Amino acid sequence: MISLENVSKRYLNKMAIKEINFGLEPGHIIGLIGANGSGKSTTLKLIAGLIRPTKGKVLVNGRASNRFNCRDISYLSELDVYYSFFTVEETVKFYASQYKDFNTKKAQEILTFMNLDPKQKVKHLSKGNRGRLKIVLTLAREAPVILMDEPLSGLDPMVRDSIVKGLISFIDLEHQTVLITTHEIKEIEQLLDTVAVIKDGQILDIQNVEDIRFRENLSIVEWMTKLYQ
Amino acid sequence: MGGAFNTSTPIYIQLGDRINHQIIRGELLPGDKLPSVREMAVQAGVNPNTVQRTYRELERMEIVESRRGQGTFVTENEDILVKLREQLKEMHISHFVGDMKMMGYTENEMINGLRHYLDVNREEDGLS
Repeated sequence: MISLENVSKRYLNKMAIKEINFGLEPGHIIGLIGANGSGKSTTLKLIAGLIRPTKGKVLVNGRASNRFNCRDISYLSELDVYYSFFTVEETVKFYASQYKDFNTKKAQEILTFMNLDPKQKVKHLSKGNRGRLKIVLTLAREAPVILMDEPLSGLDPMVRDSIVKGLISFIDLEHQTVLITTHEIKEIEQLLDTVAVIKDGQILDIQNVEDIRFRENLSIVEWMTKLYQ
Repeated sequence: MGGAFNTSTPIYIQLGDRINHQIIRGELLPGDKLPSVREMAVQAGVNPNTVQRTYRELERMEIVESRRGQGTFVTENEDILVKLREQLKEMHISHFVGDMKMMGYTENEMINGLRHYLDVNREEDGLS
């Protein structure tokens, strides 16, 4: 459903992505892992249609990726992109007005699950609760593809735990495919089906996580470290 | 069913072991319904696809059976459960014996050591 064919991306004179090829299997949770600056966010933005490849093709459901991909893709940015003068409730309403596939009932369920107060203003939320709100808005959409850029970064262990539990509870793998970039591999390694390692803009390897454990007796962190050497 | 998994061995196997242990301890009885795939995934903190694979594997071993539209149930075939209990016992004994042999203990030392250990711990654990 999503494939990248010989994709390269150059920012001025810096090559961010070098001729990568890969396809995503539907119904899976895929982790894209790698060091800072290795090209994780760029890959996500290419799939989301937020940036265009310098070379190669990004296909989503067989069509070339462009800005209209947002209809099929729920994208969680690593930045905070919400109107700070809205309350949590107003933010949910605003999102519901922007996306056809936004399920307000589901949003309310996830809000309750995450213990968020609907009346609170976004600018008064703690960083952890802003992280939780992003999860609510991303998962409340019934989009076939969910892209999450560093959903756990900079959050404390309790928040990370509630986010991981929220992902398991509210993702529908019969109809959704999820791609997550992260540094917090330990937190999500029990959650992944597949893991892709990226270094200097190139995909080093893509494997099924249970195969890595079965064949090599390695955890994902150990496997990635081995590949990076 | 909490507790962390060992992340360097397949999780679907570890989850299967946990369920087997629950059956042998009698926490899950023949004919009991297992949690749905999603419930189990949330409880164990793992990917729903992993739970699906565990259930499929246990079904292949005939320890559980899935009934259309109803869910997954522990088998009511007692023979299979007796066999499972025996298999796990043998497996753990063979691990123990293998390790002891590798360190050079004799058969007598193992048996006496085991007996002594059980005697000493009997009162504390209330084993008999």
